[in-house]
Amino acid sequence: MAPTGGAVSHPQTGKQVVDHGFLAARAKVLEIAAFLDRLDRAHEAHSAQDDFRIRALRAAIQELSAAQPGRAARIQLIFSDLSTEPAPTAQGLKPAVGAALRPDLKG
Amino acid sequence: MRIIDPHIHMVSRTTDDYQRLSLAGVAAVSEPAFWAGFDRSTAAGFKDYFRHLTEFEPRRAAQYGIQHYSWICINPKEAEDVKLARDVIAIIPEFLKKPTVLGVGEIGLNKNTRNELTIFEEHVALALREKQLILIHTPHLEDKHKGTKLIVDCLKRTPGIDPGRVIVDHVEEHTIKLVRDAGFWCGITLYPISKVTPERAIDMVEQYGNDRIWLNSAGDWGDSNPMNTLVALQEARRRGHSEAWLERLFYNNPCYFFGQNPKFKLQPTVPVNALTRS
Repeated sequence: MAPTGGAVSHPQTGKQVVDHGFLAARAKVLEIAAFLDRLDRAHEAHSAQDDFRIRALRAAIQELSAAQPGRAARIQLIFSDLSTEPAPTAQGLKPAVGAALRPDLKG
Repeated sequence: MRIIDPHIHMVSRTTDDYQRLSLAGVAAVSEPAFWAGFDRSTAAGFKDYFRHLTEFEPRRAAQYGIQHYSWICINPKEAEDVKLARDVIAIIPEFLKKPTVLGVGEIGLNKNTRNELTIFEEHVALALREKQLILIHTPHLEDKHKGTKLIVDCLKRTPGIDPGRVIVDHVEEHTIKLVRDAGFWCGITLYPISKVTPERAIDMVEQYGNDRIWLNSAGDWGDSNPMNTLVALQEARRRGHSEAWLERLFYNNPCYFFGQNPKFKLQPTVPVNALTRS
């Protein structure tokens, strides 16, 4: 009989995960750093610093330093609309941009 | 190993893609009805699209030895127009009788509106009436968590829903538990930017298990890669997962879900009644 699929631990050692993934993760962190530097150098950069997407991004970056696992799910929630009622109509709603307008996320 | 891409929009892809998928071992694809990139103006436009899905694509796929199956509905984005949506729903039953149609989908929500939810409920009622499998689209990006919760809550209060006959697609790290805890099947979509990478998809399967879950490319007219299901298989193999684990995820699971409809012709390598709890 074949077993049904329960959760499995990652089959590799921590060192193997680092050996394979470190350069890619390093590159992604540098991309974010360079993006924020680019934003600082942009014309009228101050107006974008309070953009709701940048506020969400900064909150997500803070979450990266959390010690407990589940970072990806928690970062997804930072970018999410956490309201619970359906919208009355689609009129006036913009296409998804990747972050919800969240007054609780401070600049 | 044969594999199945259980969610891919081949109407948007070239015949070269069928050839590449065939060479890579894809035995079958399933194609839910979706948004064409523009809003269609009449139910007749949808009827032509459904003919494309049920007549032309199976023939095109067969040239490369691939079985092509489809799902019929009006997609959530165009469901905001309730009058049009109801006109389209009226023509769906005739297509559910076609030999390659597996069920109703991909229904769901786009901007989480009341109209979308109304049409979602009417699609679900149709599927229950016609004893069809259901394939569900969840919204994009910041709308996903709210939309997934609205959908799951709606299904939980709908009498007659068997969670084993419903797949909720496009789950991500913040929605997978919600869907699994309610007993539904989960689909993970491999998009380069807006959804999940192959690496994150395999992470989720490792954390939540490979029962009632599939991976798909959802290759379409946008930024997507129809080979991404193969890329995910390669990533899982690189990590050292067994061939049996890979086969379960990339071939047998779609067979188990689709096989609930006798129109699906492929057989799993391990019969579903041979699975035991581990």
